Amino acid sequence: MQFLTYLINGISLGSVYALIALGYTMVYGIAKMLNFAHGDVIMIGSYVVFFAFGSFGLNPIVSVLLSMVVCTILGITIERVAYRPLRGAPSLAVLITAIGVSYLLQQVAQLLWKSDPKSFKSVVGLQPVSMFGGQLVISGETIVTIAACIVIMIALTLFINHTSTGHAMLAVSEDRGAAQLMGVNVNATISLTFAIGSALAAVAGALLCSSYPTLQPTTGAMPGIKAFVAAVFGGIGSIPGAFIGGILLGVIENLSKAYISTQLSDAIVFMVLIVVLLVKPTGLLGKKINVKV
Amino acid sequence: MGEMLSVKNINVFYGSIHAIRDVSFYVNEGEIVTLIGANGAGKTTTMHAISGLLKLERGEIDYCGHVISKMEAHKIIRLGLAQVPEGRRVFSGLTVQQNLQMGAYTRKDGKEAVQNDFDMVFDLLPRLKERRNQPAGTLSGGEQQMLAIGRALMCKPKMLLLDEPSMGLSPLLVKEIFKIIRDVNRNGVTVLLVEQNAKMALEIANRAYVLETGTIKMEGEATELANNIEVRKAYLGAQ
Ligand SMILES: Nc1ncnc2c1ncn2[C@@H]1O[C@H](COP(=O)(O)OP(=O)(O)O)[C@@H](O)[C@H]1O
Ligand SMILES: [Mg+2]
Repeated sequence: MQFLTYLINGISLGSVYALIALGYTMVYGIAKMLNFAHGDVIMIGSYVVFFAFGSFGLNPIVSVLLSMVVCTILGITIERVAYRPLRGAPSLAVLITAIGVSYLLQQVAQLLWKSDPKSFKSVVGLQPVSMFGGQLVISGETIVTIAACIVIMIALTLFINHTSTGHAMLAVSEDRGAAQLMGVNVNATISLTFAIGSALAAVAGALLCSSYPTLQPTTGAMPGIKAFVAAVFGGIGSIPGAFIGGILLGVIENLSKAYISTQLSDAIVFMVLIVVLLVKPTGLLGKKINVKV
Repeated sequence: MGEMLSVKNINVFYGSIHAIRDVSFYVNEGEIVTLIGANGAGKTTTMHAISGLLKLERGEIDYCGHVISKMEAHKIIRLGLAQVPEGRRVFSGLTVQQNLQMGAYTRKDGKEAVQNDFDMVFDLLPRLKERRNQPAGTLSGGEQQMLAIGRALMCKPKMLLLDEPSMGLSPLLVKEIFKIIRDVNRNGVTVLLVEQNAKMALEIANRAYVLETGTIKMEGEATELANNIEVRKAYLGAQ
């Protein structure tokens, strides 16, 4: 029963990683860049919820929606201002810019809201569920996080595979030039990708901080890196890959915390990544890059 | 039957490489015009410049009364100027049907009209119909070429650019592809055809241009060029 508790909590943590990893993987697939500022968008989103819900007492759902709007605008703005001028530039330049944006967001947060940790009030009102005569207790946060992740995954998959905008995104990710020849506006598609990724980051931030209730300007950094690992683990560019990678990462992390060592859990997570990449360099669901003659 | 496309003294660079130098040519409505030239002559570069995938350094491209050389690629296609790119470039993860649907991405004239064009394309390219639910990546080279042509036709183009549609295909398939191009043209689509296979291209074209290292070296009626000694030596394998 103990094991089941660890497992379920791991799936919940993994759901958060999966939501964040979706942002990494979609942006990578479509804009062909690693947006290392993605984790910090989560942090900004969490502050929005912190103030809207915690300080101003808005309805929790309204607070999360507000945070999604703010993050969407932030994501689109970052792409517009920092990344779009570098389209066609060497990927190293883009990467360094992304790291710069990441620090910028952290510093701005520090200036605005100071670096002392804030205690985040959970947005989940659901009571814990107790099963097997109280042997297994699942928190409301855990349930909502897992449910949100599943709903979002299904919605996103339907959107990508069954709408013309979704097909345009797939087309851009496969061959940007050919997609342009079909009349797809690549810049608009990339903006949309950043918008979706950032809105999901807002949801992930609210859920993460509800389960782990301290918020400070560096809050987004570690989950951001782990979600990036999850995206690579699952096969970067693949949406189901982000989902599976995120869940597995959360489960591995939680189980190693429980059974091996709290201090070593992160090291174990990264070791698993290294092993997977040695065996399958494209990640679990990653596609082989087609070399066209 | 006026000039539909006019390319005027265009120059295109890749960094410091001057790939296209002062190239000019035109295509009249209803024609098949071919641009022939060896590997690396600058044919693809020219096609990309027309479709807006590459920007000009100097010069101008006009199409149906619009200056398209400053327009973005996704707007140029909306004027009915479609391209079948070199190497086919079908979306291998999407099915045949979805690829064709992508071709109709810019269409705003309703489901029924698009459905009519699905029927038209499947009529013209019956092999695609059999494979409509198959991922494009699983098609053979010839089928992928047909899909690339069908996909471009799905936007109801007034003019079609084809970049080496015969590349890598067996002689029999090459014949079939050229027959399709002729049919498309007979249905009222103006064609600009880029080819290394000069023999076949000159057979179906009205007029032709010879491109060599980024400049137009010769131009004229297709039959005339087919009989030209230099062309025969350089491009038709004559001794
Ligand atoms: N992306 C590129 N970067 C640099 N040079 C290029 C690029 N694409 C083509 N070139 C060069 O431009 C010239 C014309 O190429 P291209 O238009 O592809 O010729 P063709 O289609 O006639 O074979 C060649 O010398 C080629 O090496
Ligand atoms: Mg070429």
